Amino acid sequence: MTRESLHPDPERATNRLCVIDCDIHPKTSMEDLKPFMARHWWDTLDTFGARPRHGFASGFPYPKAQPQAARRDSWPPSGGLPGSDLKFMRDQLLDFYDLDYGIMNFLSPTGQGFQNSDLSVAMAYAANEAARVRWTGPEKRLKASIVVPYEDGEESAKEITRLAGMPDYVQVQMLSRTSELAGKKRYWPIYEAASAHGLPVSFHVFGYSGWPSTSGGWASYYIEEMAEHCTSCQSLLASLVIEGVFERFPRLKVVLIEAGFAWLPALAYRLDRNWLRLRAETPHLKRRPSEYIREHVFVTTQPMEEPEKPEHLMDVLDWIGFDRILFATDYPHWDFDDPRHALPAALTPSQRRMILSENARKLYGFP
Amino acid sequence: MIAAIMPSTAVKPALETPLNAIDCDVHPNVPNLRALIPYMEPYWRDSIVDRGIDAIDSASYPPNSPLTARADWRDADKRVATRVEDVQKHVFDGLGADIAILNSLYGVQLVLNEDMARAFTRALNDWVRAEWLDRDPRLRASIILPMHNVEHAVDELERCAGDHRFVQAMMLVGGETPLGRRHYWPIYERLEKLGLPLGVHAGSSYRNPVTSLGWPSYYMEDYTAQAQGFQSQLTSLITEGVFAHCPGLKVVLMESGVTWLPGFMWRLQKFWRGLRFETPWVDRPPMDIVRDNVRLTMQPLDAPDDPEIVARLIDHFNSDDMLLFASDYPHWQFDGAAAMPAGISAALARKIKVDNPLATYPRLRETTA
Amino acid sequence: MARHVVAASSEIAPGDRKLVDAGGRAIVIFNLGGEFFALANRCPHQAGELHKGKLCGLVRSPEPGVYEYTREGEMIRCPWHSWEFDVRTGKSWCDPARIRTRRYDVKVEHGADLVEGPYVAETFKVAIENDYLVIDV
Repeated sequence: MTRESLHPDPERATNRLCVIDCDIHPKTSMEDLKPFMARHWWDTLDTFGARPRHGFASGFPYPKAQPQAARRDSWPPSGGLPGSDLKFMRDQLLDFYDLDYGIMNFLSPTGQGFQNSDLSVAMAYAANEAARVRWTGPEKRLKASIVVPYEDGEESAKEITRLAGMPDYVQVQMLSRTSELAGKKRYWPIYEAASAHGLPVSFHVFGYSGWPSTSGGWASYYIEEMAEHCTSCQSLLASLVIEGVFERFPRLKVVLIEAGFAWLPALAYRLDRNWLRLRAETPHLKRRPSEYIREHVFVTTQPMEEPEKPEHLMDVLDWIGFDRILFATDYPHWDFDDPRHALPAALTPSQRRMILSENARKLYGFP
Repeated sequence: MIAAIMPSTAVKPALETPLNAIDCDVHPNVPNLRALIPYMEPYWRDSIVDRGIDAIDSASYPPNSPLTARADWRDADKRVATRVEDVQKHVFDGLGADIAILNSLYGVQLVLNEDMARAFTRALNDWVRAEWLDRDPRLRASIILPMHNVEHAVDELERCAGDHRFVQAMMLVGGETPLGRRHYWPIYERLEKLGLPLGVHAGSSYRNPVTSLGWPSYYMEDYTAQAQGFQSQLTSLITEGVFAHCPGLKVVLMESGVTWLPGFMWRLQKFWRGLRFETPWVDRPPMDIVRDNVRLTMQPLDAPDDPEIVARLIDHFNSDDMLLFASDYPHWQFDGAAAMPAGISAALARKIKVDNPLATYPRLRETTA
Repeated sequence: MARHVVAASSEIAPGDRKLVDAGGRAIVIFNLGGEFFALANRCPHQAGELHKGKLCGLVRSPEPGVYEYTREGEMIRCPWHSWEFDVRTGKSWCDPARIRTRRYDVKVEHGADLVEGPYVAETFKVAIENDYLVIDV
């Protein structure tokens, strides 16, 4: 008996909260990747290190607020890192909240954004193979994002094409801090392959662009790095729109993950105003920027916006569109959102259902 | 030795009637670098000629871009806002402002040689004083600060601050290091003592790309990204503790919209609750700090035309004190005389046009009481 | 209001904490240098379980760049979003007037007194020679 048949009609099912979690971070280990990597790359990592686009041989430029940036209660009793133990993940997340599906985004080790793009290619391949062995094989509720070595557009497209037919993978995963703005042509092969296979492209925040963390130079604090995700995602999205990516790939869907979303209406308004003045520069754009955003862009909820007055959040959700918002927990990270408590109380049952599961069900084509 | 600017004798404008509007962001254009030569020391004057330095306009405002100057505000020869008469005609007569604060965006802050930057900045401030402030008692101005040397910036502040027609000091949002960093604090300490707000204006010295993801392809991205720059700088000013160190300092964010602010602050405030241990001098909610210390000029307004949405967006500030009227003349942000958007009540409009600017700029109160 | 014997005082060493059940309520008891404090185990934000949080000191600053670190081990940070709560009062640091977790009185009583009194130790046996923690709920 499949799970769905237990709940033939979610509308009338008891009080079960239907939830699709659009941002889960399982921890695959380097050992898990090893069988899928050539000896040369293994030796390279061992000898010279990963060499992302920042100066620390290991660790992060902005130290996290807690080990592994994890919920302090997410360390598995079995002893591994948070997110590394499937049984514990079931206990704490999948079964605990009775998730319909969970979409996995892999943050490390994946090789994304390393200075050596060939190493990124090798690690992305291994991360994607390990995803099936470790996660989607044993647990059918978990679906994987395809890790692409995004700084190499052609290789990324090949990786997408290699995996797109398998039901284990439901989207293409980039990080927000690419080395150039995401709308630039070097990344177009990714969008082309993803939209050809009907896969959304997600941008999960983080990564290292190599550029200063703000347009005014390097910020000092982790809290600034966290706040900066909103600003880099505004630049990223502006680039996708203004470069004409959505004109070029009209079937492309983009999911912004963990970037917040209260900034989105202001950005759309700003882009529309500027486009009215400056559109001679971008004849390839046929519509207002806000129309491309409305049609092509989804955002995840976590970390949920928390305004001073709750009704202000309802305005923002309304302006973005209730059908564009996807619930996410960010498990096992510290800024995790609980599906029972994170959403605004003022949502109608129908809006709540859209955000918690129905929007994702449509976007990812789940039954 | 450059002489200090002495207080003008003609400070008090003859304003008998109640004020209608104070325009907090008006841009006088330097027609060309030679216009500044009379205000330079001989070495720099000759350098300009001998080296053929003839253009330091900023790429933040391409001269012919439609946004840089509204078409009906350009002269037949395409010049715009280069003379006092232009502001008189279009801002005072056309938009009904009684007072205008001049913020020059001439590219002196882009100059990489710090001595040259200081010389050019001094000349610019003296040019504004002589060719603008002295010619219309309704004009006020910002002291432009040469930001890549803090001592130079403080010196320039001291040199100009005696003239009370300078009502704030100004820097660009895109600089070399984040504006909260402690090496800038001598400037902020001095501003706080003088009762001068710090104006932060759209534009970049281009020491860093205008986005944290590198250089964009299009000017539209550059101009749009200024608002992201403000978000980062506001974060820096708060988290580094500028307002803990200088609680009396007012910061005015100019020309990059306003509606991004509440949503951005929700996020910062949420993170602060969990991460405040990292910057323990931020000992109250960031939005409270912003409501006390930060102001924004109204144009360009990042809102749709729908007055109902405008009203909702403004309601998100939970404050009537934060917005300042500005036309952003001669930049093309609106048509006709519609500098104030529909959707703002008459009472709030009054605050934005007069009360808030007077509360923000102590020196305006000296001359308009 | 009922009084619940929830643990032997020797079970919670100084610097330690223990989750207990008092008439169906999840309560976390902290031992701060021999003094006991009891808070509701639920963070008022998103219901993170406070007993799984990190005990830290209180960091304050009279001036940017100066870190005054006092009251080590007296602030509990929620295991999820790291909001800080004062173990002595249950008040959050970020918004003490509005955001707080419930604080309960906890007393140390002799086993001998408890055995004779009208108290119920719901899950364990009370020995007259030991001390016990008693919570009013």
